[in-house]
Amino acid sequence: MSKLQNVFFPLLAVVAAFIVGAIVIAAVGDDPLFVYGLFFSSVFGTIDGLSYTLFYATPLIFTGLAVALAFHCGLLNIGAEGQLQVAAFVCAWIGFTFNLPGLLLVPMCMLGAVLAGAIWAGIPGLLKARFGSHEVINTIMMNFIAAGITSYLTQYFYREPGDPILQTKHIYEQAHIARIAKLLSPLGVDLPQRLPLNLSLLIALAAAGGTYFFLWHTRWGYDLRAVGANPAAAQYGGVNVARNIVLAMCISGALAGMVAIGEVQGYRYRYYEGFSAGYGFTGIAVALLGRNHPLGIVLAALLFGALQRAGLFIDIFTDRVSKDLTVILQATIILFVGCEELFRQLKRRWAKPA
Amino acid sequence: MELISILGSTIRTAVPLVFASLGGIYSERSGVVNIALEGMMLAGAFTAAAVTAKLHNPWLGVLAAALAGILVALVHAVACINLKANQVVIGTAINIMFVAVPGLLSGALFDSTGSTPQLAREETLATPLVYAAFLAVPLSWYLLFKTPFGLRLRASGEKPEAADTAGVSVTAMRYYGVLASGLLAGLGGAYLSIGQNSLFTRNMTAGRGFIALAAVILGNWHPLKTLAACLLFGFAEAVSIRMQGVSSIPNQFIQIIPYVLTMVVLSGFVGRVSPPKALGQPYIKERR
Repeated sequence: MSKLQNVFFPLLAVVAAFIVGAIVIAAVGDDPLFVYGLFFSSVFGTIDGLSYTLFYATPLIFTGLAVALAFHCGLLNIGAEGQLQVAAFVCAWIGFTFNLPGLLLVPMCMLGAVLAGAIWAGIPGLLKARFGSHEVINTIMMNFIAAGITSYLTQYFYREPGDPILQTKHIYEQAHIARIAKLLSPLGVDLPQRLPLNLSLLIALAAAGGTYFFLWHTRWGYDLRAVGANPAAAQYGGVNVARNIVLAMCISGALAGMVAIGEVQGYRYRYYEGFSAGYGFTGIAVALLGRNHPLGIVLAALLFGALQRAGLFIDIFTDRVSKDLTVILQATIILFVGCEELFRQLKRRWAKPA
Repeated sequence: MELISILGSTIRTAVPLVFASLGGIYSERSGVVNIALEGMMLAGAFTAAAVTAKLHNPWLGVLAAALAGILVALVHAVACINLKANQVVIGTAINIMFVAVPGLLSGALFDSTGSTPQLAREETLATPLVYAAFLAVPLSWYLLFKTPFGLRLRASGEKPEAADTAGVSVTAMRYYGVLASGLLAGLGGAYLSIGQNSLFTRNMTAGRGFIALAAVILGNWHPLKTLAACLLFGFAEAVSIRMQGVSSIPNQFIQIIPYVLTMVVLSGFVGRVSPPKALGQPYIKERR
């Protein structure tokens, strides 16, 4: 497929989704232009808007990369949601259990998150490689198992006594990572310290670069993509298919697990049940829209981050539409990207005169 | 007494699972993966409650829920069958979509943020739906395994090329399968909102669509065995509600049983599953 189409079809899907969204807005009795105007002003109007957009985009970069990496090996990881949940819990657990200096504790929390995500995704990978059981079903099931286990541990063992909310106690202050505002202040850039945007954004960008390098510039990445393209041919060519399936799932889970770094060490400083606004599922949309390419994923994550930011304002400043609108837009984008064939057929019809 | 009341609530909690999982069987037997049962149930649940709240007739609510389910299924069918889209991706999109759609519509219709008004007791409709669910099981078994229609539908999911050669329209059969899944999942949703409860609340299915999917797998895509799986899951839920706060077994453990069981069975540790062979593969007719 040509490079131009790689950009054209996703853009078309986004435009189509926004048109559908406009119809929905009008149907429930609001003004589409006003709502979309609000969307732009809430995102681009202020430093706050941009900073929150980047903040919301960060976990989506991770989950988008996670879904894409598995996809390059021919696997659909529907379980990023469970993987990042387990990772966040482990990250917090390390953070409030070990009272160590930051130089040790910060990387320990990160490593814990990454490993937990890798293991949680590795299980369905192993089951697929060993028994051929389908990763889609297993990852869905493990989302629910993750929710059950983390909720159990939080409720019975690690909740602050008397806390009505399902959340663990706070992590030690040494485990915190820096907020961007704090990082930039020595450089003379003065941002409000309350902004939640933190170091994890840079980690996410590095992960995108790393994923690109891994997939297209290493032997391992080549093997992994060979399995995704044609497992039988890869096997015949001497690639260990089973091992690559497990490897792909583990890396995918590790990427999903990195969401915990920003959410736990950079923002909430604890595990909080329901911290993830469906990041794992939105990651599927991000990967699809980004064409499973790291650069595309970063751009798609920015769009979805902007949608999430705008959702809050749409809730407050419109009469009838709620932030549900942004979720509907996301789902519509997935539908249109998924149905690319529709655009192809239309294009063919236009190309030849009737 | 205790036992009888647990059995009663087992049947009640199993009803939405029975509807949705039968739907899953039709769709998947025809060759189309349906992880969108959750979204279809939500569509049905909201529509049933909203229509009943406006028109004060639960029968119309049920009818509307069935239609809503079919409408959502139509999207799945067009995308997966005609446009050959990835069936898991489209299912995910539908699930995401219908967590949000009721929120938007309830704002427009009832000025609320996701729930519908409380219905009066006489505006709910539980018993007929319970009978319908348990009648639908043997009927589906008969339809799928004892009629030419059932044979054609199953052939489209097992060996679509062979079915096509024998003059069966694979496309039509898959449409029937997917639309039937929407209808049934919609009814399952209706039972949740205007049978078991008396209003719709945000995301009220709480994963039941996925439990239904688990039941389909455990039941090996067979209506009678799937019914057994639904009853087992219903029993687990009934026991977990009963023991809330009194027993030392945490609720969460009972809740994850269906999911763990599914993984165990799917991996062949216990029993053997044999999904339809062409499940998930778009059928591309060879050009002649």
